[in-house]
Amino acid sequence: MKNTPVIIDLQNISVSFDGTTILNNINLQIHDGEFVTLLGPSGCGKTTTLRIIAGFLQQDSGDVIFEGKNINGVPAYKRQVNTIFQRYALFPHLNVYENIAFGLRLKKMKEDDIKAKVQAMLELVNLKGFGSRNIDSLSGGQQQRVAIARALAVDPRVVLLDEPLGALDLKLRKDMQVELKNIQQKLGITFIYVTHDQEEALSMSDTVVVMNNGEIQHIGTPIDVYNEPANAFVADFIGESNILDGVMREDFHVEFSGMRFQCVDKGFGKDEPVDVVIRPEDIDVVPAGQGMLQGEVTSVTFKGVHYEIIVDVDNFKWMIQTTQKASVGDIIGISIKPDEMHVMKKSEYSGLYGDYSSFSEEFDELSDPTVVEEEEE
Amino acid sequence: MKRSSLAQKIINAPYILWAALFVIAPLIMVLYYALTDSTGAFSLDSVKQIGDYGGTFILSISYGAVATLISLVIAYPFAYFLAHTKANFQRMSVMLVMLPMWMSFLIRTYSWITILGESGVINSALGKIGIGPLPLLNNGGAVILGMVYNFLPYMILPLYTIMAKMDVRLIEAAQDLGCGKLQVIRKVVFPLSVPGIASGITMVFVPCVSTFYITQKLGGGQVNLIGDVIEAQFQTANNYNLGAALSLVLMVMILICLGVLNYFTDSDDEVNGGVLV
Repeated sequence: MKNTPVIIDLQNISVSFDGTTILNNINLQIHDGEFVTLLGPSGCGKTTTLRIIAGFLQQDSGDVIFEGKNINGVPAYKRQVNTIFQRYALFPHLNVYENIAFGLRLKKMKEDDIKAKVQAMLELVNLKGFGSRNIDSLSGGQQQRVAIARALAVDPRVVLLDEPLGALDLKLRKDMQVELKNIQQKLGITFIYVTHDQEEALSMSDTVVVMNNGEIQHIGTPIDVYNEPANAFVADFIGESNILDGVMREDFHVEFSGMRFQCVDKGFGKDEPVDVVIRPEDIDVVPAGQGMLQGEVTSVTFKGVHYEIIVDVDNFKWMIQTTQKASVGDIIGISIKPDEMHVMKKSEYSGLYGDYSSFSEEFDELSDPTVVEEEEE
Repeated sequence: MKRSSLAQKIINAPYILWAALFVIAPLIMVLYYALTDSTGAFSLDSVKQIGDYGGTFILSISYGAVATLISLVIAYPFAYFLAHTKANFQRMSVMLVMLPMWMSFLIRTYSWITILGESGVINSALGKIGIGPLPLLNNGGAVILGMVYNFLPYMILPLYTIMAKMDVRLIEAAQDLGCGKLQVIRKVVFPLSVPGIASGITMVFVPCVSTFYITQKLGGGQVNLIGDVIEAQFQTANNYNLGAALSLVLMVMILICLGVLNYFTDSDDEVNGGVLV
């Protein structure tokens, strides 16, 4: 994707409402044909970013560049971007056909061309024969498809998707993820997708932009943001992580939990304090005494594909996902390969995440930002 | 449902009684008087006389239509802009719109005489700069003014309600697909506000067509509408039968007008759940 030209370039975008900073100096380049996901918890500024690109909202400072041209102040209806809204926003006074034809009629297309285009769109979203149906008679998933068809019918250069699957149930959501990705690849147009669902972001995107508190935390491929998170926030928000306080003694050598380990990271200062991320599924359980560290099992939860084990090692509680069985009270050893430790620079988020000492399923769900309904303006 | 049917009957009883006493019984009485003569015997004489008042009916409907149209033209933009202002301002404005309704309808109408009259506020002001007095009162214009003034809130409120409830995202979606400001109004706001227009028209047109107080006070006998004729039959001519026959025809005509209106707005009513305030 990086070899295609930049289509949207956000430069130093800042926005605040009533004295509250919503976006703080956002810089983001989006390439033509790329599937970019803005990922973050409620109130992180991802929807605001989308609305600035759409033209519904003006930034306080900074520039929006579209194909090299500054489009600050260009109203939404003159921009070559189209939005698929969170709750579809279909016109209730028009049927499916007229909803999809809405933008085409504004372009003053010939009736024959409109008909052909609407039919093609209905086929694209698998709603052939639904043209004369009332919007109210459609299910949520069908309405979603009409919304997609309506936005794509006008041949946008960029499609903005604001949590488009948020109102659908899990099964339908998964199907639509695949379908949206297929449509995007088939048409080869740029998608900018807003979600708080990290799994959705990882499975659909070419590039994931992790945001928090109005700032971009990490821009990278899904593999990058998962394996090489930029800071403790990113590591914690995307998947489960054990995040330990460590010191980088020298290149390829990191110290944490009172032990020195080999790792694959370099380029830190000598004895620089760092955060070390170890994913629960990367940890091997070995008999006591044979591992690099050992501790007592405090909790075991069967998850289907694996067990989730919490191990207390010198008062730091690790989460381990393993197919090996252990029982509460067992002393087990743990072993980690050098390339499965990821060393990060200290950040404002250090120490806030990645320790499972207060871990309980219920608490996790309560505090999980992905469960909270997104309501941003 | 079956278990609560007795309770439901008890709850419904006052309303059914009310409707029977004050809606159905008067209607039957109107029908009775219209189809009898002064002795109480069945007669179509009163109904036959109605033809003499055809002109008055047409005049009444014309006045009602003009007043309703003017109300709509004033109320629509007002409601649209009001719905897009800050919440506090909206609340205050809605209260101001309703404020005149706290005063008696009679006083409100009467006060226009002191404004428009030959020695009224406007003419005395104009007199000071050497103009007039202008004949502002006792003509058709004053009657229309009185109708619009008195019934405008009934046009504004349903329009405002439907516009304030309109999903902002629909407007954004229209802009997104290429609508300029005016096209948004024409293609989205207007079609979606049709149920509000229908309720507003109903609530202004019906009282306008049947009014007699406004015509008497502001028309000064120059404008004789069907309401005046009906009132005269009951109050002065003492011809209840003709008065009832005229009322009956007026009712039927209003029903026909509303039926036509509903015919054009029905499909939208379904979609929007038919907002009637």
